[in-house]
Amino acid sequence: MQRGMMANGENATGLILAADGRPLKQSLARALRLQKLRALALIAPLLIFILVTFAAPIADMLFRSVENSIVPDTLPLTVQALADWDETSGEPPGEAVFVALHQDLLAAVAAKAHTRVGSRLNYEKTGLASLLRKTGRRVKRMAEDGNLAAQFAKIHKDWVNPEIWAVIKRFSGNYTSGYFLNSIDTRLGADGIEAKPENERIYIFLFERTLLLSVAITVACLLIGYPVAFLLATLPMRTSNVLMILVLLPFWTSLLVRTSAWKVLLQQQGVINDTLVFLGLIADDARLAMINNQTGTIIAMTHILLPFMILPLYSVMRTIPPSYMRAARSLGATDWTAFWRVYFPQSVPGIGAGAILVFILAIGYYITPELVGGTSGTFISNRIAYHISSSLNWGLAAALGVILLVVVLLLYWLYDKIIGIDNVKLG
Amino acid sequence: MPDRDRAFVVFDGVQKSYDGVSLVVKNLNLEIARGEFLTMLGPSGSGKTTCLMMLAGFEVATHGDISLGGQPINNIPPHRRGIGMVFQNYALFPHMTIAENLAFPLQVRRMGRAEVEEKVQRALEMVQMGGSEFAGRRPAQLSGGQQQRVALARALVFEPDLVLMDEPLGALDKQLREHMQYEIKHLHERLGVTVVYVTHDQSEALTMSDRIAVFNDGVIQQLAPPEDLYERPENAFVAQFIGENNKLDGTVESISGSEARIRLDGAGEIGAMAINCGAAGSRTMLSIRPERVLIAESSAPNRLDGRVVELIYLGDHIRCRMEVAGRDDFVVKIPNSAKHSVLKVGETTPIGWLTDDCRALDAA
Repeated sequence: MQRGMMANGENATGLILAADGRPLKQSLARALRLQKLRALALIAPLLIFILVTFAAPIADMLFRSVENSIVPDTLPLTVQALADWDETSGEPPGEAVFVALHQDLLAAVAAKAHTRVGSRLNYEKTGLASLLRKTGRRVKRMAEDGNLAAQFAKIHKDWVNPEIWAVIKRFSGNYTSGYFLNSIDTRLGADGIEAKPENERIYIFLFERTLLLSVAITVACLLIGYPVAFLLATLPMRTSNVLMILVLLPFWTSLLVRTSAWKVLLQQQGVINDTLVFLGLIADDARLAMINNQTGTIIAMTHILLPFMILPLYSVMRTIPPSYMRAARSLGATDWTAFWRVYFPQSVPGIGAGAILVFILAIGYYITPELVGGTSGTFISNRIAYHISSSLNWGLAAALGVILLVVVLLLYWLYDKIIGIDNVKLG
Repeated sequence: MPDRDRAFVVFDGVQKSYDGVSLVVKNLNLEIARGEFLTMLGPSGSGKTTCLMMLAGFEVATHGDISLGGQPINNIPPHRRGIGMVFQNYALFPHMTIAENLAFPLQVRRMGRAEVEEKVQRALEMVQMGGSEFAGRRPAQLSGGQQQRVALARALVFEPDLVLMDEPLGALDKQLREHMQYEIKHLHERLGVTVVYVTHDQSEALTMSDRIAVFNDGVIQQLAPPEDLYERPENAFVAQFIGENNKLDGTVESISGSEARIRLDGAGEIGAMAINCGAAGSRTMLSIRPERVLIAESSAPNRLDGRVVELIYLGDHIRCRMEVAGRDDFVVKIPNSAKHSVLKVGETTPIGWLTDDCRALDAA
């Protein structure tokens, strides 16, 4: 019995063995290793390219949303000395802190780093940039042995303002939550997190607008794209291929050109308004404002993202045999019932794929809202771009980017929970 | 033959063209009796499926009238015709369970929930799928044969008077196909429903049908019960299409009554039944079934010499390919019995047949 089992490649413990006596699992893994290595070698160029040019820069960028080492690196002694100061005391810190600050600033001015730390702290408290710049110009002329607190106070009275010191102390760590708090219209006050004054709140509103407009664009794409995809899928292959070229045609034109075309069409002296006035549908002095606002963004982006809705829908609909509709009708269903109960449920994976594609593209869209959105039609991405290229507040831009990413992932997760990601079919 | 008044389904001078250039169905006249099992048989592209689709309402006749139970149905949309249909690939709705699939035709007819449930259960039992494990499954979780049964049940669940089947067994393997043929036949007998069945498989048609309409080139070549179709083909196409056939070409010498004298190309003169051969002097094709050829029997009135080219042993019979009258595709089926002499390849032997078994048809 035992011998028989051994011959079948099974040892006493029930483990299945290969012919050479090794466990079968181990043998299989060895046999597959070369295959796996070869597969890895094939994707290695792309993998490395993506890691170097895409993943790493993004990770670095995202890290900036919490990074704050410029403060402790530039003002190491001050940060240390401030540890003993109680910010709730209502008094400016003692002489020791000013001595440390003097030392730090001497080094920082030599390295020309004091303006950078100034602009960092200026994000949290306006005025700190100019304060540090001004102090930096004079710090060399200060007497080292005199009363430094008084000398600093002479340069600017803010140096004896405890509020300024509280800000420096609050943002003296290597990491900070400041950028994230800023991105959700809050700040770190004396009593912890507090909402910003109403007139400074902007980001939550922008996030909401981005989500709402993206949903509107997705719905518009679906409403317009579904019948087109249906037509393409039901027409004979030859005809539908010709029409498909028309769907893909926009891809051959620059995004900029297409967006600019909408400017020509939609502006107050544009083609559509002119036509409506000519037809007498609107008065000449009541031309519609269709550009540089939300309407413009929705129209132009629906147009630009439409192929991303049509293509997945089409590829799913193409796989639905016409015999299903015929079967439904032969069983007594009207055209509408047959469509709604038989065809539509089978096209849901295409709707899912198209909607998720359009929505995710829309939520991060930048160029089109920038060109046709005016002030009321811009997205959070336009704000991110502004902080990257104009205000140079990269930390805030990174924090906004992280939030956008998290929102997208959250929605993706939600989508998976409700509809199921298996139900998404791109072809 | 059903007379005009009792006919349940009537095609009256129906024509169909898709492109406006050629006719797919040419002047179709067909009457189907209530309760009949009629098969439309023909090669692909012969117009049989188009006829079925016109009857179902998915195609519009270019010309002519179709009526169902005395009512013209040309302008009635498919969903109001009340015709059950079984599709080639079953067309079971993949997103619905078996029970939901079967309930669909009842729900769109606004039947009550209890009634729907009862009818679904009964329909499943009818096709031997009554077990509780099936109702909740989706079509993809069933085997081909089970899907076939469900499709059948779905086409019958709303008790239509007429059921159309478009090559419903095409996707099954041979054994299952034969089994399902009997099941469909028995269901038809039990329910008394009228069935119009489309297939290109002649054995399927012969097994199940009351009558078979053989289609070719948009025209019904012959409409007859299975045994007539096989034993009394009316033209060369039917003779060649149904079963195995030996053909010999010749010219009509003379006709006397129902018999004709035919001069074969490259051989002597023989007698045949004058079915469709035209007057004396016209070309004709003779049709003789392989099992009706007599070997080495002096009593046969029509005798020729045949040289054995190939012998294939098939158990119950031996298939012998011979060279006869200059053609080497003449097949004779020799029953495997003791009294038959053993033939050898290359041997020449006299063959013959009864005049009744040889039919002079049109030269195709």
